[in-house]
Amino acid sequence: MPELPRKKVGIIACSGEELPEGTITRLAVLRVLHQLRPDDTVTICLPLFLAGGEGDRNFARTHPTIAVDGCEKRCAFRGTEKYSNRPAAAIVVTDLIARHGLVQPHGCRKLDAAGMLAVEIASQQLIEMVDELLGKDGV
Amino acid sequence: MSSAQRKVAIVPCSGIGKPYGTISRIAAYQVTEEDRPEQTRLVPLALLVMGDEEYGRIVAESPAITIDGCPQACATKMVQQCGGTIVRECSVLGTARNHRDLKPQGIAELNEDGEKLVVALAEVVVEVIDACAQPSKGVNHA
Repeated sequence: MPELPRKKVGIIACSGEELPEGTITRLAVLRVLHQLRPDDTVTICLPLFLAGGEGDRNFARTHPTIAVDGCEKRCAFRGTEKYSNRPAAAIVVTDLIARHGLVQPHGCRKLDAAGMLAVEIASQQLIEMVDELLGKDGV
Repeated sequence: MSSAQRKVAIVPCSGIGKPYGTISRIAAYQVTEEDRPEQTRLVPLALLVMGDEEYGRIVAESPAITIDGCPQACATKMVQQCGGTIVRECSVLGTARNHRDLKPQGIAELNEDGEKLVVALAEVVVEVIDACAQPSKGVNHA
């Protein structure tokens, strides 16, 4: 019997270069992709929705997606929705920092301890979302 | 034109799938935070993709240096789409071809060769910035 393709969740980081929160999105997504849920997740660079081909724009039509944004401008969410499909879930790092009462992070190039704590919390939140989207929550 | 608009816009790619995207990003930080902070301005690619008015205007009114991490050249395409003037299209792959001994690895954190490639790429960008500054310096001192 042929093996069916494994269902995966697409995660899209804003990667905003001008804010520490952008670096937090990037590192949180990489942690999930490479360490926490490597078999369940894939990603795409946000600009590829515009610069890439139809295959890239089909990304969110073929995967449930999670948008991870650094700020309220929500480029990852809006970009994914505009050029591909509406994300199934979303994280905004500035909201996460406020909700958890975290210290304001610093360092776009190299995050400080507060930034790394936000990475940890965001990545944990992401794997909960991934598991829920794949129907693995509560297993 | 304000001094902010006269700065060179540095537009790195947002690549997240390979070390080259990280090299592009870190080289942009090296130039805008360490090497030439007064002459440059970092422009986030995601905001250009979403048509941000402020950054779109900056790119349209400033000379720009793009730093692409792969042949898709997202940074270059976005600046062109915004009507910007690209003074140099830099690419991580182009710099890597000139440093074939370096084997960059790591995306969240670059290895030593990746950091060396960052330095080499930043030097290329700085050369372009300094060359851009030459004619205006001449005019100012004439």
